[in-house]
Amino acid sequence: MRLLADHPHGRVSFVETRHLALLDRPIEARGELVYIPPDRLERHTREPREESAILDGDTLTLVRDGRRRAMSLRENPSVALLIGSLRAVLGGDRARLERDFTINHAGTPDAWILDLLPREPELTPALRRIHLVGRGGQVERVEMIETDGDRSVIEIGDARS
Amino acid sequence: MTTGGRLARFFGWLMAVVLLVVLVVKADYSADMSVFLPRSPTPEQALLVDQLQEGTVSRLVLVAIAGGEMAQRAQVAKAMAAALRSSGTFDLVTNGDEAALAKDRAWLFAHRYLLSPAVDAQRFTVEGLRAALTETLDWLVSPAGMLIEDLVPRDPTSELIQILERIESGTQPRRDAGVWVSRDGQQALLLALTRAAGSDLDGQEAALAEIDAAFASARAALPDAEALALVKTGPGVFAVSSRATIKAEVTRIALLATAIIVTLLLFVYRSVPVLLLGLLPVVTGALAGIAAVSLGFGVVHGLTIGFGATLIGEAVDYGIYLFVQRGGADSDEAAMVGLWPTIRIGLLTSICGFGVMLGSGFPGLAQLGLYSTTGLIAAALVTRLVLPAFLPAKPKLRDLTAFGEALVRMTAALARLRWLVPVICLVGLLVIWTHRDGLWNDSLLALSPVSPEAQALDARLRADMGAPEASALVVIDAPDRETALGQAERVAETLSGLVEEGAIAGFDSPATYLPSLRTQQARLASLPDRDALAARLTAATADLPLKTERLQPFLDDVDAARQGGPIGADALAETSFALAVVSMLNEGADGWRVTLPLRAAEDAAGNLDMDAERLTEALAETAHPDGVTLRLLQLKRESDALYADYLKEAIWLSLAGFLAVLVLLAITLRSVVAVWRVVLPLLAAVLTVTAALIMVGQSLILMHLVGLLLVVAVGSNYALFFARGSGADGIPAPRTLASLLFANLTTLAGFGLLATSSVPVLQAIGLTVGPGAFLALLFAAMLSRPRWGRAT
Repeated sequence: MRLLADHPHGRVSFVETRHLALLDRPIEARGELVYIPPDRLERHTREPREESAILDGDTLTLVRDGRRRAMSLRENPSVALLIGSLRAVLGGDRARLERDFTINHAGTPDAWILDLLPREPELTPALRRIHLVGRGGQVERVEMIETDGDRSVIEIGDARS
Repeated sequence: MTTGGRLARFFGWLMAVVLLVVLVVKADYSADMSVFLPRSPTPEQALLVDQLQEGTVSRLVLVAIAGGEMAQRAQVAKAMAAALRSSGTFDLVTNGDEAALAKDRAWLFAHRYLLSPAVDAQRFTVEGLRAALTETLDWLVSPAGMLIEDLVPRDPTSELIQILERIESGTQPRRDAGVWVSRDGQQALLLALTRAAGSDLDGQEAALAEIDAAFASARAALPDAEALALVKTGPGVFAVSSRATIKAEVTRIALLATAIIVTLLLFVYRSVPVLLLGLLPVVTGALAGIAAVSLGFGVVHGLTIGFGATLIGEAVDYGIYLFVQRGGADSDEAAMVGLWPTIRIGLLTSICGFGVMLGSGFPGLAQLGLYSTTGLIAAALVTRLVLPAFLPAKPKLRDLTAFGEALVRMTAALARLRWLVPVICLVGLLVIWTHRDGLWNDSLLALSPVSPEAQALDARLRADMGAPEASALVVIDAPDRETALGQAERVAETLSGLVEEGAIAGFDSPATYLPSLRTQQARLASLPDRDALAARLTAATADLPLKTERLQPFLDDVDAARQGGPIGADALAETSFALAVVSMLNEGADGWRVTLPLRAAEDAAGNLDMDAERLTEALAETAHPDGVTLRLLQLKRESDALYADYLKEAIWLSLAGFLAVLVLLAITLRSVVAVWRVVLPLLAAVLTVTAALIMVGQSLILMHLVGLLLVVAVGSNYALFFARGSGADGIPAPRTLASLLFANLTTLAGFGLLATSSVPVLQAIGLTVGPGAFLALLFAAMLSRPRWGRAT
């Protein structure tokens, strides 16, 4: 975690793959993640369509087809846990993560794995755990596993900028 | 005067008073805001008045619970909502609680094929389905994906999103701990719609008391909840508190004015019988005034009676002149004869001043005009005809000659300062000239008895509630509900275009929740039957990861929607959308009216702005059948225009009144010099008062202007005595001078008390006329011309 906090990322590419029981095959989104310390995370999707999700403080704003839609994390705890924890990981915000999750880690500082289990599963009944894989100060892969077996994998590319 | 003559006058007066008392007792009284609304409104103003008095918005109460802990606030808000819902006093109570929200969502979801604007025949073709499903898949990989994930099998075309987009959830209040909260999270919010009409102030008051009681018992049920506080706002809250304020103020001012004047008169007369006699004209005048207003307007407003306090100070003057004049050893009935013409001219000038207000379209002013003219005439008549009947030939009245002589000497001393008057006038002119911009407060709110703090609180709560006051409304009038809703749908199309253009930020429409029957049927007709839909779905999903097998619930739901048929207004009953619909769709005397509130867009500078011309143009291009009218009502602009009309009218009336006073003086005095000597101190008083008001930072409202006219009308009474000075030296005789001072002091007391009022219209009149009348006397004294040219 300390390594992450020491290396706040600027701009990274990502590929998110969602594996849903509902669907025959996984669906994918690609784009860029921009983290601006301390608490702003921007997710700019390029494919399959232009869309931006901007998490700033407590507000998540979705911009799609030129329309802005704002939602409060407080009102959507499940969204809060997922995108909020991604922000906490990128920002190396250990306190925040430890508030919401029990953390197990394995590996070396060079190649590590973090396993996050929600402390209060009843708040987000859909989320089973979050699995992080990283190398040094860089998160390479975020995997969110839902209780119904659906999962979402975010592969994070090299830092750009 | 013969004994028979006295008796006749006495009984004549008594009968008149009995008649007046009957009229006064039978009169209708009000203390609502109607006094500020125009007597003969334009169609737009009529619409504005209707919205203010009868619109659903006028029944809304915004409630906030502040203090304590969030959990306590939420608990109290929930308990209050439950209590208020079961009270029967409210048509609707919403506080964003989880159960209500879930119910709303479920309702929208259940009726999505009737409500979604995207539902048309094209939507359910193979291409349409493919496009809609692709869009849904895109949602699934977005951060919002997990919110809709579970709905996809039943709603793969995302109709719910289409509906929610239209409802613009961004305008909903924030939620915390299961209830609506303010933007800073420090208050729990509740919205209640009273069953009582907005114009039914007693009903509003009862509903507000119900809210207080619900809060008190909800708080009492919680331990350690003393820190919780209740805040309420809304048109009903304003109206009820204004009424209470006006009632309390009018009572307070009337009692205090009476007390002060009684004390003053006791001090002067030192005789209770004489005091009571002196009050006869006042009481008669007040009764006559109220009776006249009741007959002329059908209803007497509380504010009119408030103004009436000034009448006490004015009407008592005539008695003072009489008693002081008769209060000398050498005095007899003839002593008054010389003074009557002067008093008569004074009365006529007052009537000129108050009388022009009768022509005002502002009911508050017109009532004031009628009340005052009638009251003054009645008071003068009683003094002239009835009071002497009560006085013995040689009444034991206090002789104030010595005091009067002292005043004469003082006046002579003042006259040496006459040069000060032009100086003061010049300074006054200079002050007015340098402040000529922004002299007038140009908002109708300036007349409202609602305090700026209460207005600010209202604005804040509305913003928190996501219900900012609509700056404009589109008003549709149609013969029946179906036509009205259909027109609302056509207007919504136009307005959606305007939102895209950026001319407005958004709008709301009842047809969002309750589409017209025609639209509902068209949407139903566009739903294919089960087999056709399944076939098209299979074709559409050939290349997609989402397959028909997983979408059986979708086929079931579309089938159910086809069987279910259209919905009516009653289907909304259990949802909070019922509030939205009843607030925008109402049946009136002449059919159905839809009011669509528009939200102004923020311009680059962050100011709310609306391109009214573009709106008008776009609405003009919107098709509408015969019998349907379509109007744009800009609330702020309309109310400001209303106020501007009042102000313009007040300026003309004041000028007309002033001119009438001049003409009257010219006719009666028949001397330019004499007119000048009456008018000069009045002008000086007007300039001084205006400059002083500006200096103390008062922003002038039309009541100040009216007040200035009254300075002329009332002040002339005093100035006339100097211009027509009965003394050879241009200073009135000692006893006359004493009576003038006392008369002036009572007037000052009457108007001066109004100045302490928290009701802006009363305060403005008081602040202007009280000091103005006194200054008129002072300046008249300073400008008097003692001819003896010696210093004593």
